[in-house]
Amino acid sequence: MRFERMLTPLVLLTVTGLLVGTTLERSRSLDGTINFLAFFATTAAIYAVFSLALNVQWGYTGIFNFGVAAFFLVGAYTAAIFVKPPADPESSVRYVGGFGEVFSPPFLGGDQWVPFLVAMLAAAIASGLLAFLLAIPTLRLREDYLAITTIGIAELLRRIVIQEDYLVNGSRSLIGIPKPFSGYFEADTNRFVYLAVVVVVLIVVFLLVERVIRSPWGRVLRALKEDEIATAASGKNVFAFKMQGFILGAMFMGVGGAVFAFSRGSIGPTTFDHFFATFLIWAMLIVGGSGNNWGAIAGAYVVWGIFTITLNLQLYDLPSLIESRISFIRDFLLGLLIVAILLLRPQGLIPEERRVSIWLDRRMRKSTPGDPAATNTSEP
Amino acid sequence: MTVLPAQLTSSLSDVAEGYRRHSDAISRGVLWFLIALLFSWAAIFETDLFIAGLIVGSVLALGAIGLTLIYGILGFANFAHGDTMMLGAYMAFFFLTGTVVGKRTNIDVDLGWSIDRLPGATAGLGDLSFGWGLLLAIALAAIVLAVFSVGLDRVVYRPLRRRGSGIVIFAMAALGIAFSIRALMLIIWGPDPRRYVQGLHYANEYPFGVVLKTDQIFIFLVALGLAAVMYYVLFHTKLGKAMRAMADNPDLALVSGINTTRIVMWTWVFAGGLMAIAGALLSIQALLRPILGFELILPLFAATILGGIGKPQGAFIGALVVGVAQESSIQFLRSVGFEDLSIGYKPAVAFVILILILLLRPRGLFGTAT
Repeated sequence: MRFERMLTPLVLLTVTGLLVGTTLERSRSLDGTINFLAFFATTAAIYAVFSLALNVQWGYTGIFNFGVAAFFLVGAYTAAIFVKPPADPESSVRYVGGFGEVFSPPFLGGDQWVPFLVAMLAAAIASGLLAFLLAIPTLRLREDYLAITTIGIAELLRRIVIQEDYLVNGSRSLIGIPKPFSGYFEADTNRFVYLAVVVVVLIVVFLLVERVIRSPWGRVLRALKEDEIATAASGKNVFAFKMQGFILGAMFMGVGGAVFAFSRGSIGPTTFDHFFATFLIWAMLIVGGSGNNWGAIAGAYVVWGIFTITLNLQLYDLPSLIESRISFIRDFLLGLLIVAILLLRPQGLIPEERRVSIWLDRRMRKSTPGDPAATNTSEP
Repeated sequence: MTVLPAQLTSSLSDVAEGYRRHSDAISRGVLWFLIALLFSWAAIFETDLFIAGLIVGSVLALGAIGLTLIYGILGFANFAHGDTMMLGAYMAFFFLTGTVVGKRTNIDVDLGWSIDRLPGATAGLGDLSFGWGLLLAIALAAIVLAVFSVGLDRVVYRPLRRRGSGIVIFAMAALGIAFSIRALMLIIWGPDPRRYVQGLHYANEYPFGVVLKTDQIFIFLVALGLAAVMYYVLFHTKLGKAMRAMADNPDLALVSGINTTRIVMWTWVFAGGLMAIAGALLSIQALLRPILGFELILPLFAATILGGIGKPQGAFIGALVVGVAQESSIQFLRSVGFEDLSIGYKPAVAFVILILILLLRPRGLFGTAT
């Protein structure tokens, strides 16, 4: 019992310790360490947005999306063509759109943030639209049909990007995607500014998901996940609610794709392979604990932390047998980790909450301050 | 004036009622008609691609039969099926050549013992590019994978079954296993493509513009032979009938006194063996690549769902359809006006079939209404 309670802080502390330790040794300077950790935090926060979005779909609605990469890709490319200037017909870089200058109002430094907001919105809409189209043939059927279909669409979209190279420059990558506020700051500072932007996006997404899940609508979604037939019997339109949950999650994935595109500045079809864009996000949600938004964020931190630590390990003097294939070994262990968690600790680091209601939370807090019954108890 | 609309609505509702009553037969009829159309078009106008499609489809069928049995009997989508097929292909490669990668993943190490050192093991059988050594290696790989599959079930899936986990948890575990298996192949054999036999082998010309290597004919015959064996086992032995009964309705099978633990074990034995053979046969005519396993998932599932989950005969037909459609449909679309359609869209064909079947008849060709 004591161990159970210690597990989560222990894991978080270990990952943080190893992360900071290996980074310090690797860069041998405080500045370098801080820069590297800022980059780490940016990526982890972006992944946390995806993990939260997947939590809406899987953790709360029970929708089985194995093609996160598809929504990731659509969000990232949509955002990219909304912030880039129109393609130069002289150059070999070809892409459609290029609405960056259209949405730049000439006041309040509008060109530094308005196009990015518009792009995030467009990414969310495009991604949500894709979810809507996919849901029509699959959402009424067995839940694993959606999984197979989403795997398929992720692969198909990647192929379209590669084959139709006039769309987003094909496999040569779409480069030169600007960052918000980059005109105001030096390149060095901009890294931290962008970290702040991503953290703000993460907080907004987190608050939105929390608010929505603690509403009556959110409780219908949770009821759906537990027992579809019982939910239908109490007069809820199962298909409509599932559709809404799927689309909402997909829209957040679109936003995640957008902030990813700004962060990297260059995206290509290989960015959206099944490992990085789907499996890793599932690993984060399962490690952290599906059905809990704090868990989703903790999972993103821990898994990306492990990932980064193995990158740092490459600088040590490892036997070449291990060093030459450290990324394969990491992927192998990550796959086993998923299976082990499903077998040994299916609830993840931070278990699902039993009660999700703003109203109940408030009332409990008022009537019995400090009462252990008022805090959320975990699932057995 | 009022008579006509009333008549019209009543006759319309008659039609709707008739459709509802016979929707099962109608959708099945439409599906068979589409398949017949595809096959006859391909056989007449693109004979070469039709034959190539049948060969690919027959090998795919071996994988799909195992997948549909697991899907029906254990009730979950085994996303590790494609990667396990490639593991089987690599095991055969390993037994044949005894090669793994060494300290660096681009340098091969020979373990010093392998089948191809045996005298005469690599001499081509007749016009085939490979000798009996490869066949022995494939047989060994099939045994290893059958044992591996049963072991995996004991360690992972059986505990999940005991706990009564949902099908999605099983599928998630399968995905984790799929990524682990792929990483394992990369660790042991490296990312570079491999082949069973070095050197060039020429194809022969047959009537109707069909160009085939003797290897391909061999692959087709072996796949058909194994499918026939599976047909006999599943439809004419007690074990097979019990397996199909369990795939149809696990609860009913349990109350009829079928030993479900034993059935589950045999399902993995058959599925594992077939996976290894299918993976190896596919790799005879193509290169071995660890990534290929994931690309197989979509055609396998399209075949399984097209045939109806838990229906081995359906998976066989479904795999042939997916194979023929994959090989010939790009050519078809080019001939009807999409001249510059890229061959790179070939893997998308399985996806289109999947969406069509989900829209038209989600229970598949042989599936029954529930």
